[in-house]
Amino acid sequence: MSYLEHTVKTTPSGPRKILYLNWPLVILLVAVASVGFLMLYSVAGGSLSTWAEPQMKRFALGLVAMLIVAMVPIWFWRNVSLVAYLVSLALLIAVALVGVEGKGAQRWLDLGVMRLQPSELMKITLVMVLAAYYDWLPMSRVSRPIWILIPVTLILTPVALVLRQPDLGTSILLLAAGGVMMFVAGVHWAYFVTVVLAAVGLIFTVFQSRGTDWQMLENYQFRRIDTFLNPETDPLGAGYHITQSKIALGSGGWTGRGFMQGTQSRLNFLPEKHTDFIFVTLAEEFGFIGGVSILGLYALILIFCISAALANRDRFSSLLILGMAMTFFLFFAVNMAMVTGLMPVVGVPLPLVSYGGSAMLVLMIGFGLIQSANIHRPR
Amino acid sequence: MRRPTRDTAESQRRITRRGLVIGGLQAGVMTALALRMRHLQLEQADQFRLLADENRINIQLLPPARGRVFDRNGQIIAENIPSYRITMIREQAGDVDAVIARLARLVELDPGELEKARRDLRDLRGDTPVTVADRVTWEAISRVAVNAPALPGVMPEVGLSRRYPLRDDYAHVVGYVGAVSDKDLERIEAPEALLRLPRFQIGKIGLEARREDLLRGTAGSRRVEVNAAGRIMRELDRQEGQPGADIQITLDNELQGYTHARLKGESAAAVVIDCESGDVLVSASSPSYDPNLFVRGISVANYRALLENPYRPLPNKAVQGIYPPGSTFKMVTALAALEDGQIDINETVYCPGHKEISGRRFHCWKRGGHGNVDFHRSLRESCDVYYYELALRTGIEKISAMAERLGLGEQFDLPMTSVAQGLVPTRQWKLANRGQPWVVGDSINASIGQGFVLASPMQLAVMTARLATSRQITPRLVKSIDGVEQPSGRGEDMGLNENNLREVRRAMYAVSNSNRGTAYRSRIVEDAMRMAGKTGTSQVRNISSGERATGVLNNNALPRTQRDHALFVDYAPYDAPKYAVAVIVEHGGGGSTAAAPIARDITLQALYGGDPPLEAYPTADRPRIRTQQEELRQQRLRPGAGEKDRA
Repeated sequence: MSYLEHTVKTTPSGPRKILYLNWPLVILLVAVASVGFLMLYSVAGGSLSTWAEPQMKRFALGLVAMLIVAMVPIWFWRNVSLVAYLVSLALLIAVALVGVEGKGAQRWLDLGVMRLQPSELMKITLVMVLAAYYDWLPMSRVSRPIWILIPVTLILTPVALVLRQPDLGTSILLLAAGGVMMFVAGVHWAYFVTVVLAAVGLIFTVFQSRGTDWQMLENYQFRRIDTFLNPETDPLGAGYHITQSKIALGSGGWTGRGFMQGTQSRLNFLPEKHTDFIFVTLAEEFGFIGGVSILGLYALILIFCISAALANRDRFSSLLILGMAMTFFLFFAVNMAMVTGLMPVVGVPLPLVSYGGSAMLVLMIGFGLIQSANIHRPR
Repeated sequence: MRRPTRDTAESQRRITRRGLVIGGLQAGVMTALALRMRHLQLEQADQFRLLADENRINIQLLPPARGRVFDRNGQIIAENIPSYRITMIREQAGDVDAVIARLARLVELDPGELEKARRDLRDLRGDTPVTVADRVTWEAISRVAVNAPALPGVMPEVGLSRRYPLRDDYAHVVGYVGAVSDKDLERIEAPEALLRLPRFQIGKIGLEARREDLLRGTAGSRRVEVNAAGRIMRELDRQEGQPGADIQITLDNELQGYTHARLKGESAAAVVIDCESGDVLVSASSPSYDPNLFVRGISVANYRALLENPYRPLPNKAVQGIYPPGSTFKMVTALAALEDGQIDINETVYCPGHKEISGRRFHCWKRGGHGNVDFHRSLRESCDVYYYELALRTGIEKISAMAERLGLGEQFDLPMTSVAQGLVPTRQWKLANRGQPWVVGDSINASIGQGFVLASPMQLAVMTARLATSRQITPRLVKSIDGVEQPSGRGEDMGLNENNLREVRRAMYAVSNSNRGTAYRSRIVEDAMRMAGKTGTSQVRNISSGERATGVLNNNALPRTQRDHALFVDYAPYDAPKYAVAVIVEHGGGGSTAAAPIARDITLQALYGGDPPLEAYPTADRPRIRTQQEELRQQRLRPGAGEKDRA
């Protein structure tokens, strides 16, 4: 009997569990989502039914899903981690074989009633399986090479499959979340230093190879990198998104142009204005203050999660919460870095704000796990 | 699982430490993001606000006019015609159904098209223009324009669309254009913005696809001022693009059209090459289809009909189809043996109707045998046993080398889709691809163009042109680009012994002019126009020894797909070669009966530049030819007439 199971008696049970939810966190989530509704109402040109209303329904569904996941004891989730991971891996393989193509990438599995995006599922189950793995693995073995190989395989297999779809954004998310899980679990820091140095070295070599006989990338790939570094060189082509996005951000100023007053998004200069680029509309209409406020809300959510993780004495729970928080962080950090031109455009939505059901549901299930870990923590 | 408490405590400490490190990193990244926003929104605000106002000035791409395609005499093959369409934007239309109902009273709407439009209007983003009616008349467009106030969100648009006025005749050579698909975009590295314009079309197959680089042109652009609703208020300036280059191809429309009409009803291909320049005058594949169907987006039913047609209209049999060349390959074997000094033209080989080689019996097509056969007779009467003997003496290496010199196994650089390389087998090839060593039987089969040997009609025509001229002619399809003449395919002397070539030509002359020749019935009697040729009948099935015992089945007794391919190659006039011709009739039976008459008719048509006088034909044939000429003339006067049964 584990420590955790030993203390089950002292954890709340039945409907009383609801009282033990981390309510501030729930309120923060509702607040962020509400900002999303507002922005979707605005980019639809003042129409509730276009995007805002479906989004509200989805968020309500997400809240219910979160509650259900939160009510289930955390040890149940630990026990199904491996199976959940294997199922989502199988779905990823299935999508590679029989997936439906959309927007030039093969990501969806058509189940008739709904379209399933297994890479979204993987974002949760990868964190779960790594947390379960390091929960099981004695501390003394964590840094042994053989015991490192297993989590690396667990991470790289789905990353490779997702990269093939091709979905660069999600693979970055999976890779980074997995790496952070390993780091938090206590893998020796020398491994991470080595990997980072190797990556930097590789990138440097690739760039040095340009124009030589042993050039490592095709010319057009180099051109894409050029366009990213200097989007103004190709304002109508590949640099279009990012140039327009920067203009919209910049024209916001301190306080923005006012609700529903953003000209950039109004005139459809902005691509994907209701999904990946919604932050731009927000920053255009509410200015620097609006942008920093939403960043603050995200930061608060992170703080709540991390403190919940550190207060939890169950290893699986702490790891799980930290992993989920990291996934959440990566979502908004990558999205914001992308629209502010700090990163190439890779297609990651702004969590809880961007229009879209799949990502929303995944995040809410993730928060459900965090809540479950919190409710059922050893006391 | 039980775990020592110490471990848990230690791990707890480490998680706390590392968790805080990660938290710190996250805080760092968020600070960086905040600083970036400060930089963009506060420090550069003035500059960007200016740019945002400029953004009301929109830049639009102007698609260039696609280059046209002409035949060698300036007849237009692919052109651009103005096309009018009606589009609709959901966001601006409001009540979509009401607007469509009003529109339907003004313009006839195709139910199928309308259904697709309704679906797109529902599913696509609200600001996307959806085509409601395509290819509408100028009158209809005017009616819509006049009633614009009652039709919010409805826009009449003018564009150019591709048209192939000669329909079926150039479907395989010139091909067709179609809408840019996701697959196209993936295939093209760094696709230009032009390709993402709605309804922009690119070449899908044939010349249209292969010379897309020349035909497309470069986009122009214009700057327009838009109001808050995004509607264009006025044009500020305009930079014209560069229209695509006009391409003149070497095909002769008169001859191409005649050939297609002549091949009608058969699964066949024909190629005519100008012996002087290497110009491809005819590249015909029958049956064909109407490329205009693809430009509009072919219906599933039509496409299925094309796919399931047993005569296979879609592939370009002239360059893409590869067939065992059969006896038309005998010139290669003959020339290889002559060049190698393996045979004297007067030496005779006895043909008893078969030959035993390493325990296997190889048959001549003539079961009773030819008796004593010398070089000329061997080609004239197409004796197989003679060539088995040559193969044994010469060996496969020299035969293959000769085949390659004559253009077989060579992938010509022609701007058509899937130009086949064919196959000239060698020992190394068989070992590498079949994993088996070469056996003498393989050489025997190759000597008469069976076995592994495969060639396209284009290659056979090139082979014939090279035999006729001694020059290394290469086929040319593009005559000029924007008026600039392209290099000719005339070629240099191949360096073969002229005496040997002369003997081969004399034998080919006998094929269609001696009364013992296999193509004597398809001769030309006009002295200045005499042709030299060679029949070929290539087997597509194995004849078992059991069948030989009971008598080989006649082609007419077999299902179509089991019958032999009929081939014929020729050039004319014999003494001053102008045109080289290759014809194949898939499952047509014998080369002398099915392919030679067609090749003769095409040759005469080329020589006279139109319908030849009846005097060029043997007397007995004249009445029949007269009716045939009349029928083909009638058929060509109504180019669309046969469309239903062809498409």
